[in-house]
Amino acid sequence: MLEIVQTNENNYISIAVTGDADASSSIKLDKGLRSAFDESHSNIIIDCTNLNYISSAGLGVFMSYIEEINQTNITFIIYGLSEKVLKVFGILGLDQLLILKDTKEEALAEINGL
Amino acid sequence: MRISLAISTLLWLIMTLLDVLQVLAVRSDVDLGISPTVSVLIMDFFFVFVVLFYRLRITKVESTDFIDYLWRVFAIGLIATLVSLALGLFNNSIADSALANNPFLEEVLYSIRFGLISVFLISTFTVWKKLILYQKSKRLVIWWNVFEGVILLSIFFNLTGTELQTSDLFKVLFGVITLMALILSANLKWVAFLNFKQKWKSILLILLITIYLGYFFTSIYVPGEETMDTLKSIDNLFIVSLFVFLLFYSIFSLLVILFNLPTSSVFEKKMEEAINFQRLSQSIQQGENENQIFDILLTSSMSAVYADAGWLEIERNKQGAEESEIRRKNLSPTNRLEVVEQIKVSKQKYVLKNPLSKATEQDQTLILFKKSNFRSVLIVPLIIQEKVAGHMYLLNELSDGFNKEMINIINTFASQASISIENFRLLGEALENERYKKELNIAKKVQRALLPVNLDHDDSFQIHAFTQAPDEVGGDYYDTFKLSEHKFAVVIGDVSGKGTSAAFHMSQMKGIFQSLVQLDLAPDEFLVKANKALSGCLEKTSFITLSYFVIDTERKSVEYSRAGHCPTLYYSSQNSSAEFLENKGLGLGILRNDSFKNYVFVNKMTFQKDDVIVLYTDGISEASNHSGEEFGYDRMKKILTDNAQFDAVSIQKTFIKKLFEFCEDKNLNDDYTMVVIKFK
Repeated sequence: MLEIVQTNENNYISIAVTGDADASSSIKLDKGLRSAFDESHSNIIIDCTNLNYISSAGLGVFMSYIEEINQTNITFIIYGLSEKVLKVFGILGLDQLLILKDTKEEALAEINGL
Repeated sequence: MRISLAISTLLWLIMTLLDVLQVLAVRSDVDLGISPTVSVLIMDFFFVFVVLFYRLRITKVESTDFIDYLWRVFAIGLIATLVSLALGLFNNSIADSALANNPFLEEVLYSIRFGLISVFLISTFTVWKKLILYQKSKRLVIWWNVFEGVILLSIFFNLTGTELQTSDLFKVLFGVITLMALILSANLKWVAFLNFKQKWKSILLILLITIYLGYFFTSIYVPGEETMDTLKSIDNLFIVSLFVFLLFYSIFSLLVILFNLPTSSVFEKKMEEAINFQRLSQSIQQGENENQIFDILLTSSMSAVYADAGWLEIERNKQGAEESEIRRKNLSPTNRLEVVEQIKVSKQKYVLKNPLSKATEQDQTLILFKKSNFRSVLIVPLIIQEKVAGHMYLLNELSDGFNKEMINIINTFASQASISIENFRLLGEALENERYKKELNIAKKVQRALLPVNLDHDDSFQIHAFTQAPDEVGGDYYDTFKLSEHKFAVVIGDVSGKGTSAAFHMSQMKGIFQSLVQLDLAPDEFLVKANKALSGCLEKTSFITLSYFVIDTERKSVEYSRAGHCPTLYYSSQNSSAEFLENKGLGLGILRNDSFKNYVFVNKMTFQKDDVIVLYTDGISEASNHSGEEFGYDRMKKILTDNAQFDAVSIQKTFIKKLFEFCEDKNLNDDYTMVVIKFK
């Protein structure tokens, strides 16, 4: 089960991802990210505080946005990854391509700093 | 059977001869010295053998066609009558001649008649037996056996020489037999199984048989003038009992068939419905398709309710678009549209609750028209797999053309047809699934063939691999290649996702490895080229993780690069401890441009004797138990440290054993693969 909640703030879109991102629920994750990206907002932060597990299919979803992030001016920050999930990101090398932060404050600081 | 026929014919001849002789003896006042008992006995045995003959004959002819039986009896009766009549005519024609009053001739003629009539009576008796015992109960069989026994014993009753008029015993016995015959005559179940036409035939045949019986009775009642008293048929208990029984049964049958005539059409209708019902349920076994079932449904429903016309509207889902198919009967397309229009505007609509369902869409509707060719319409929904799959429209030219009985029958027909179609569809689905299963099994075999059976190595190291997938096909990959005499390439990979799509990407990976490895590239270069090759063919959300090793046994060196794959476990014999080889890397297909080369690196190391490399996929490290705990790196490290002294095969087996112990009975839901290299 995976739950996606999007909230639009002043200068950023926040998407809270809760549950397990496995093969079946990764479609839902993709839909959630897609709709956020389609709003052409320049700042998107992903709250993964309650993301328990991510499978390769879930990672594939994040991965598929890397190119779009690089080509546009969107600032895309993932924060609150659990140790386990962070490790998965690290092994695959995604930590080198995506901005990963520990807390929301750090994520927002990154946005405002730019 | 033939013997009994021959014996009875012989007996009859002797009987005739004796009779003639007796007459001769009486006339010439000569005592032949033959006891009258002898001739009586001969006659009795004649009866016995005729009975025997017919008993054997009837068991041989095993038929349920009652008309056929009646016809046989009728034919014998006809012959007997014709012969009897011919004899009568002959007698008349010679009335004026000298032969006229010849007692010998008279005696012979009587004897012929007597024989024929006996044969007719006995054959009728056996047929009646067959009819009475149709659909027999145990009690009936007992009754019949007693009756038959008494009748057969009565053959020998004439040995007593008593007469009907004078003997009380005779009267009592005759009364008893008559009573039994009456009771048995009530068994007329066979009549119910005749159709209308057969009933008329039966009436005709039985009527004729009854006439014969009457005729014979009167004819036999008048014996030859000088025949011995003991041979007079009227005083033969067997013959009179037979007559009485046969007559009773004939009359009973006649009356019952006659009274059954008006209801037989209803009975036949019911039979037809039952047969139609059976056809509806059997149609699948005969390999018919859905349309044939629909046609049978429409035809049998129409005939069951005397509908004048009708059509079926079947909703078909073709490429997402709802489309209804019309199957008409006795109705032109324009007439149908007219009726549809009338249904829309009609105000006289009655909804009939479907007793099997609560949903209103499954109710039947009865509509009455005032001015139209058709005055009543019954609309029956067809429910397949709990959904309305269509409607059946039945039209009747009479208003109030459908009664409750009919509607019930239609309900049954519609539900049976629905069941048939449902079964048909389920069977189709099952076959389809079976086919997919076979295809997947083929895919499994093909994929297994992509993984090497023999791994390239030399005397300096052992190498052993193990892989398993929960689905038929998986996305794990490993391979080896001999680059030169002392140089070997070893690769392990994992495709994102599971099942069929992963298996396809895995086979692409195999192709890429097999082509690039021959270039003898440095590990990082290999990954860069592989990434480039995969960029064009991987799905957008798919990636492949890979670890690429080049082992040089001459230099005792290992060069490796990691493309996002789980870190390799390395056991150093010098340190007696296992560590994970940490180095940076990025999965293949994540960055599909030239910048990828910035994220892969080469690491070099030298190996010692008894060092162990464990390559694996995340199916092992991330396998979890019931409480959600992962197998994890620490356990893996410990297992390797504890078992590093064993050979590659044992290390792998221990790993998998420990993994299963950890997961207990929880099913592994990911592919897992392990390659163990041990240096010597």
